Amino acid sequence: MAASTPKSHTGAAAAATGARRALVLGGNRIPFARAGGAYAHASNQDMLTAALDGLVARYGLQGERIGEVAAGAVLKHSRDFNLTRESVLGSALSPETPAYDLQQACATGLETVISLTNKIRLGQLESAIAGGVDSTSDAPIAVSDRLRRVLLDLSHAKTTGQKLAAAARIRPKDLAPAAPRTDEPRTGLSMGEHQALTTAQWGITREAQDEVALLSHQRLAAAWDAGFFDDLVTPFRGLVRDANLRADTSMEKLAKLKPAFGLSLDTPATMTAGNSTPLTDGASTVLLGSDEWAAAHDLTPLAVVVDAEAGAVDFVHGVDGLLMAPAFAVPRLLARNGLTLDDFEYVEIHEAFASTVLTTLAAWESEEFGRERLGLSGAFGKVDRARLNVHGSSLAAGHPFAATGGRIVATISKELHRRKAAEGGTPRALVSVCAAGGLGLTAILEAA
Amino acid sequence: MTDTYLTLVNSGVTKKLAQQLGLPQPAPLRRFRAGQPLLDGPALVLGPGADADAVAALLSGGPGTGWDLDVHRHAVPETRYAAVVLVLTEVVHPTALGEHVLAAAAVLKKLARGGRVVTVSREATADDAPAVAAARQGVDGLLRSLAKELRGGATGNGIVLGGDVPVDAPSVVGALRFFLSARSAFVDGQLLAVDSSAGSLPEDWDRPLAGRVAVVTGAARGIGASIADTLARDGATVVAVDVPAAGEQLAAVANRVRGTALQLDVTADDAGARILEHALQRHGRLDIVVHNAGITRDKLLANMTPDKWDSVLAVNIASQLKINEALLTSGDFTDAPRIVSLASTSGIAGNRGQTNYAASKGGVIGMVRATAPLLTAFGGTANAVAPGFIETDMTARIPALTRQVARRLNSLQQGGLPVDVAETVAFLASPAAGGVVGRVLRVCGQNMVGQ
Repeated sequence: MAASTPKSHTGAAAAATGARRALVLGGNRIPFARAGGAYAHASNQDMLTAALDGLVARYGLQGERIGEVAAGAVLKHSRDFNLTRESVLGSALSPETPAYDLQQACATGLETVISLTNKIRLGQLESAIAGGVDSTSDAPIAVSDRLRRVLLDLSHAKTTGQKLAAAARIRPKDLAPAAPRTDEPRTGLSMGEHQALTTAQWGITREAQDEVALLSHQRLAAAWDAGFFDDLVTPFRGLVRDANLRADTSMEKLAKLKPAFGLSLDTPATMTAGNSTPLTDGASTVLLGSDEWAAAHDLTPLAVVVDAEAGAVDFVHGVDGLLMAPAFAVPRLLARNGLTLDDFEYVEIHEAFASTVLTTLAAWESEEFGRERLGLSGAFGKVDRARLNVHGSSLAAGHPFAATGGRIVATISKELHRRKAAEGGTPRALVSVCAAGGLGLTAILEAA
Repeated sequence: MTDTYLTLVNSGVTKKLAQQLGLPQPAPLRRFRAGQPLLDGPALVLGPGADADAVAALLSGGPGTGWDLDVHRHAVPETRYAAVVLVLTEVVHPTALGEHVLAAAAVLKKLARGGRVVTVSREATADDAPAVAAARQGVDGLLRSLAKELRGGATGNGIVLGGDVPVDAPSVVGALRFFLSARSAFVDGQLLAVDSSAGSLPEDWDRPLAGRVAVVTGAARGIGASIADTLARDGATVVAVDVPAAGEQLAAVANRVRGTALQLDVTADDAGARILEHALQRHGRLDIVVHNAGITRDKLLANMTPDKWDSVLAVNIASQLKINEALLTSGDFTDAPRIVSLASTSGIAGNRGQTNYAASKGGVIGMVRATAPLLTAFGGTANAVAPGFIETDMTARIPALTRQVARRLNSLQQGGLPVDVAETVAFLASPAAGGVVGRVLRVCGQNMVGQ
């Protein structure tokens, strides 16, 4: 097991640069709500502020000047250009806490963890809070491009004649609002349609996808029932548990759902609302720090952020599936750290769709993919399903885009700490998050 | 939660009308504010002997030796006294009470609004000479009756010294200051026994809990939130505990008092261990536990269901026993620890429809009585606070007329506020209260029911 392997516990990359450890010290999120549900009238700033305040309360950080807070949202109003800083100002943290916004689609939350821990490793920061938030209920709605141009010209117009000329260009159809779109700009396909192509390519069955979804609900429900989230979640606006969680779902119930994506393909459509993540509102935060800062604040280190690797695929030309970047990033990350999949007690693969998890696993198990796409001598490896998403993942919890990374990091860091306290050794976790634009972000954590 | 009646009878035309109709006229109570003087006027100390002299010296002494009050040993005519302290420890016959009591009587009509009468006497026991016991027990009846006669927000309370506890014992001094101060606004007609000379006086009376770490259960709202606020004001570092479902309000309380939030169901088997682990790991120690978490599931006993009975007993008393056991056996709760538990007047006098609640709250009283002696070896103690009618979200749900009547059924003719309970909890949690062992202090405005 990990404890008996000769490999470095601080990570090869960190050891090579002589950098110090960057720790996960805790986390807090609000329960995730279904779109239009409990947080229908909460803004991104409301939710991120609540998640920060819960973190402050749990760790006694009132008035504390944190080194830096980084967070972001995928769907963002233009007025929220300083979303994270404004949330900090509304929180119980010191108003002298710097902050910045960051955005990398669904990898936003994980990227805030990685960039902040890198600053800690470099000695630029002693403490930091990573986070993310998204509201699909309070999404920005813009005016049409034509109307926007007219309005801008109007504001620049000086004479009455110029103003009238500009206003005269408005047509009734220009008044229709432009709702936010998560479709891929270069293909016009939704993420679900893209994944349906990948699902078909890898021959993933409906039953296999429903099994992933069922297990996600069962495991998340068990974690809630065991009180695992008592120190990871703070209720918000009357919601005390993840609203999407269906503890009583079953293969029969999941099998009854109609396919939602891939209906126009030659192969049978297998992706349903049950094995795809729903639109979700929520926010998450992760407390990060150096060993010195943790000790000075009487905080127990949970996990070390060891290393990370981003990836991207050419989905535009159909070379790979939209959400397959982690299948390439993880082998590079593990090779750099001298690790194999067997060296991980935990593997967290974000369940954008059940089939995202399954196509990634299938690629890693494929001899052909290993040889031809990864340049290995054979298959990359097999993930023991018992180690995969042990406390459930996005299919059950929901997926407020930028908040998912923080949910995963805080949850698995607590689990790593629990495992080490119970069984010793230095258990490791692999975290993988796919994202729009063919992006993927992966990281290695180990118990502190 | 506002008492409209109280506002009406204290302002303008409605005030005059209430006077002419002879309606009850509750007075707004003087409550503690940082920086306010201990008393708003001179104090009169009456009684024979060295004990009375010692009390007078304490009240009049300058910084370092006393509280720098304007103290008279004989009533000065036409003086509006803010407090009268009757030191009766050396009275050995009931007939000797009259001289001192009547001296106090002369100033009562001019007692300041929010004035204080405090008796200091000795406990009557079966070993006393009959006349001595009669004199001592007589003070009990005297004080309770006098308290019922006071008006204008004034209160009467007594300190009863047990055994050979000297009048300058920390808990006598602490109780005297508490009863004189605005902190005891809604404590009326009560006699608090001081059992020993244990305890210590604070360096700073405004921050008696400085350096202490306190856990408050049920801290998300109401009385619990007020206790968290008050302990923090008095200098304690507060761990605010409540069920995970109350986490949002709990976080707000923890952030307000600059403490930490611990989401925890107190009925969990490992609740005591988790509370201790959190306090030690995050704050280095644990000194004070306030068992405030409680629920009601009212039903006439004839209609009682097992879940209503069991849940009330589980939360209100069984959880406290389990947590106390974990703390007492840990070896980490040994530096003058304090347990303060919330009882209720229902647990003393009974209340129709509350057999389960009253059983649990009566249980609390029995528990602190038996737990306190286990703590005295470490300078520790356990006590209970029994609130009467307090203006909370819970009592706001009582039907309007019933609520109006319930409010007036005490000597102060009004409901108390959560902070009144919190102030009493803070006193019993303070270092000065170490000599109060396993007692119950009521915060009820001298409610007409029970003792």
